[in-house]
Amino acid sequence: MSNIPETGRTRRVTIRLVVLQILVLSLLATLGGRLWYLQIRNAKEYTAKATGNHIREVVEPAVRGEILDASGRILAGNETRLVVSVSRTSLLQQKDGGKAVLGRLAEVLGMPAKDVQEKVRLCDAKTPQPCWNGSPYQPIPVTKEATTQQAMQIMERREDFPGITAQPTAVRRYTGAEGANMAQVLGYLSPVTDDEVSKTADKTGLDRYLPADQIGRAGLESVYDRDLRGTAGITKLEVDNLGRVIGNAGTVAPQTGNNLVTSIDARVQKVVEDNLAQAMSNARNTFDKVTNRNYEADSGAAVVMDVHTGRIIAMASAPTYDPNLWVGGISGKDYQSLTSKDSNFPLLNRAIQGQSAPGSTFKVVSTTAAVQAGYSLDGTYPCPKAMTIGGREFKNFESESFGSISLEKALEVSCDTVFYGLAYDQWMKDGGIKPKKDAADWFFKTAHEFGLGAKTGIDLPSEVPGRVPDRQWKQSFYDNNKDAWCAQAQKGGNSFSDQIAKENCVDGYQMRAGDAVNYAIGQGDTLVTPVQMARIYSALANGGTFYRPTIAKAVISPSGDLVREIAPHADAKFPGDQKLLSYIDQATAGVITSGTAAWKFNGWPQDKIALHAKTGTAEVEGKQTTSWLDTYSKDYAVVMTISQGGTGSGGSGDAIRRIYQALYGVDDKGNIDNGKALLPAPQADLPKFNPDGTAIIKPAAYTVDPAQGSVAQAPAPAAAPAFAPAPALTPVPALAPAAAPAPSDAAAAVAWDASATFLDPAPPAGSPAPYTAVDTALEPTNRQGRGRA
Amino acid sequence: MSSYGSYRQLRLTPQRSGVSKALAKDSPLWRLDWILLLAGLALSAGSSMLVWSATRGRDNLTHGDPQYFLYRHLTNFVIGLVLCAVVIGIGARRVRTLVPFVYVGVIVLLLATLSPVGSTVNGAHSWIQLGGGFSVQPAEFAKIAILLAMAVVLSDQVDAGEREVPSHRAVFRGLFWACLPMGLVLLMPDAGSVMVMSAVVLGILLGSGAANRWVLGILALGVGGSIAIWKLGLLSQYQIDRFAAFANPQLDPNGVGYNTAQARIAIGSGGLTGKGLFHGTQTVGQFVPEQQTDFVFTVAGEELGFVGALAIIALVGVILWRACRIARQATDLYGTIVAAGIIAWFSFQAFENIGMCLGIMPVAGIPLPFVSYGGSSMFAVWIGIGLLQAVRSQRPVAA
Repeated sequence: MSNIPETGRTRRVTIRLVVLQILVLSLLATLGGRLWYLQIRNAKEYTAKATGNHIREVVEPAVRGEILDASGRILAGNETRLVVSVSRTSLLQQKDGGKAVLGRLAEVLGMPAKDVQEKVRLCDAKTPQPCWNGSPYQPIPVTKEATTQQAMQIMERREDFPGITAQPTAVRRYTGAEGANMAQVLGYLSPVTDDEVSKTADKTGLDRYLPADQIGRAGLESVYDRDLRGTAGITKLEVDNLGRVIGNAGTVAPQTGNNLVTSIDARVQKVVEDNLAQAMSNARNTFDKVTNRNYEADSGAAVVMDVHTGRIIAMASAPTYDPNLWVGGISGKDYQSLTSKDSNFPLLNRAIQGQSAPGSTFKVVSTTAAVQAGYSLDGTYPCPKAMTIGGREFKNFESESFGSISLEKALEVSCDTVFYGLAYDQWMKDGGIKPKKDAADWFFKTAHEFGLGAKTGIDLPSEVPGRVPDRQWKQSFYDNNKDAWCAQAQKGGNSFSDQIAKENCVDGYQMRAGDAVNYAIGQGDTLVTPVQMARIYSALANGGTFYRPTIAKAVISPSGDLVREIAPHADAKFPGDQKLLSYIDQATAGVITSGTAAWKFNGWPQDKIALHAKTGTAEVEGKQTTSWLDTYSKDYAVVMTISQGGTGSGGSGDAIRRIYQALYGVDDKGNIDNGKALLPAPQADLPKFNPDGTAIIKPAAYTVDPAQGSVAQAPAPAAAPAFAPAPALTPVPALAPAAAPAPSDAAAAVAWDASATFLDPAPPAGSPAPYTAVDTALEPTNRQGRGRA
Repeated sequence: MSSYGSYRQLRLTPQRSGVSKALAKDSPLWRLDWILLLAGLALSAGSSMLVWSATRGRDNLTHGDPQYFLYRHLTNFVIGLVLCAVVIGIGARRVRTLVPFVYVGVIVLLLATLSPVGSTVNGAHSWIQLGGGFSVQPAEFAKIAILLAMAVVLSDQVDAGEREVPSHRAVFRGLFWACLPMGLVLLMPDAGSVMVMSAVVLGILLGSGAANRWVLGILALGVGGSIAIWKLGLLSQYQIDRFAAFANPQLDPNGVGYNTAQARIAIGSGGLTGKGLFHGTQTVGQFVPEQQTDFVFTVAGEELGFVGALAIIALVGVILWRACRIARQATDLYGTIVAAGIIAWFSFQAFENIGMCLGIMPVAGIPLPFVSYGGSSMFAVWIGIGLLQAVRSQRPVAA
């Protein structure tokens, strides 16, 4: 027998075995290739997925920084509350969808079971409030005011309350320090949306929104959100497939946000808010002869600005609301009450978002424009009772005539016809209805130089720019409305608006004489905001610098160290010269001593604390007039406006006087008591802080130099020719009051707020003249001049 | 000194010592394919670490003993080695004579499994509980029964020198003997095992030299049957989705899709060198279901990385390479067929199992030979190794 065995294999079997071997090898090669593809080529992707799989981030929200007033008073702080939250994810894991658990929870909290269930359902188009509009994976707060006992009951019976947590949480508290509300300035917080979380998921630090974050949505809370928010703590937990925690992959502790020191003085803010409210309430009790009903005074705003820095000392907007409504999630009912049409939109900050025509307060712009255009300050200009321009009669208020007067006088008595004449003259020089290519447009140009028609850049969100109705605007407005006007004209109606539509359809882009002259007295299509006017009057007070209005002064770390100072920023200079400024200074002082506001400032110690003012009464189509009163001292500009509030001095005169009284410690009789002054000079220094970051608040010990308390300007001498051209820098002529002497302040303020304790509530001797009669007598309304020329 | 004396006494006995006997040129140990054996040993020994890693945190399975599965896996391994040695000891020729008993025994076991004696795990009535936490899965042994029965039937005439290739009649008979246990397993229902058995049948037909039409016919039957099942709507959409979920996990996100997605994450995140034994986040977090059995490869992928996972594929490759060599060098067709069947068996299971973990094959409950936890599977593959070694041992000692 040979050693070589019978293999029993045919050639076919051999070939097939080779095929089998190749097949096996190629299968293994396939596996190797696929392995390379997953582990080498796509390792990054799968590593990320593995991390996402087993790492759960538990977010511990940072305590939000505080917003402080200039002295360190907490305007927006934090307080600890027991928040009971429900996890929807774990509710859904239960057999009955968590119904039983919610029932037990409602029992413990003493709430109707239905309320609890409604709070944790998710909002959609068909679900009415209350419902949860945040992330379904985020614990949903059921109550933010649980008692310790309730929390104990929940936490001790974990098995009865799966998915329910009760833990102390720092929640925002708007303190209402010194009684100040400041709702629109402070703003509010609300939880981040899913969208915001997912959009910022690949970012880090403050750019990344975490599911539990509350972020500023309005006001300072919004603008300085990044400073205030702090950094949330993140604990990375390793979990297994069932979500059970099996390890800790690192903890980053939360970092408290920085504090924001503002230039607001809570006490002044309170005074301003109260006086605005009071002024509006008074207006509602005042009869409007034009509309034959009381003034509606539907909204208003007031601003107190430090003229040397543009810093806001106080800013009030009415109607207002309680900012604490937003804390812990606003209820549907509350939200409705803040945003519905009936609410009159208290969320709006009318100091920066309310706009109307400026009325005669605009005349400081017109005066500057006239001087820029070459009209002499030493000249006199006719102030007839009426002017016919473009075939239409433009009357002075109550057809008053002052003869030929200086520009100063024109400002003081608010003579419209002087400005009509100047504006018409300029309009003709610019080519009239067929304008020259290089039309000077001094009146429009100057308004732009005063910062009108543009945002001031205040550190608050959603400021509106207002409007300067110049040629450019006219054209674009025409382009936008032409079709509508022409369509209305086509219908062939004969009403007043049909007539206007017909004319506008043809040549609505034209700057007509009527537009130009109406504009010069602050009526028509011009729109300004209170903060814009405060900035303008501040510039008049400080020698001509337009500062950017600011509310924040500095960012302070939680331990009290300065992080960043927000320095005053000068944006522009007054376009005229110092002579013109002094001239306006005198004219506006004259408004206080003898002009349109004099009846509200009887007995004011003008020789010690010189005030300057310009009143304004803006026409609004289909509504009552808007009251404007723009004033300044050497330290402050105070501006107040009330929609449908009557005339400038009548609507806001008392309120503004009281604000100055509070600032400088002046009583009703004109005596100055520095001890009672809230803020005789703007507070320049930042508050001092304790090592724990709390501010050291001590009553500001102001020592006001009596010399500083008065103004450099000499008191007005009695003897000066009434209508003579007033040379610049001469003392203000004491005019015989154009109208009957106004009633004293206290008399007009019958229902004055008791909180203004520095006022003597006793009515003065003498019989006051009828309030409304005086009110309307002092301001020209130009109703006849309104409309098209 | 007396002990020294006794030692010398022993040494002087005429009988050869056990050691020198084992090392002698004609010793069976020389006839073993040591490369094959070492590759299998390496896989099984290494797999104990993977099984341990996958199970040490699964308290619900381990009854609180982290080493529970490690010990049992090692026990299975040792029993497997013993079975392997027994098969080698019996020798290929005597195994051939025992085939009818093996076959009948397996059929009885399968019937018993289908009877109330059997128990259901994961929806298949394919287990017999032995008590003490031990159980057998007769389908694993049915693979061997089919293998051996077909080898006997197909090689009979050829090895007797009567024919060059198996007759159609022999092939037909062989298929009959294969179909009987396959039908029983299908009843359990354990489709995965039936697929493995089909692969074994195909491998045997290839290796036996049966006419091409048989090989092609079986393939056509498989493809045609699949299409028919698809077209006739015998499967519900859910079953189709389950099947297709390996390609698109979204089709069955909470079932098979979840398994396959998590398996891929585990392997993909392992990278080149892995996260280190016991440090795989997917493994520690128990994100991959059935990780000690069907998805054991993901442990290697995650914790040992590309290097470790590729080593497993390479070791499987070595075993298959040696098996192919044994098939080619077998002294009779019987040996060739046994080896070819085992190649088809191991390669199909390895490809399906690893392919499923890598997301290129549908998910099926098929263990990875030598690696997956499971006694029956471990015993069966080591019996397979024993058969290969027995076939090889028939070869005369190289001159």
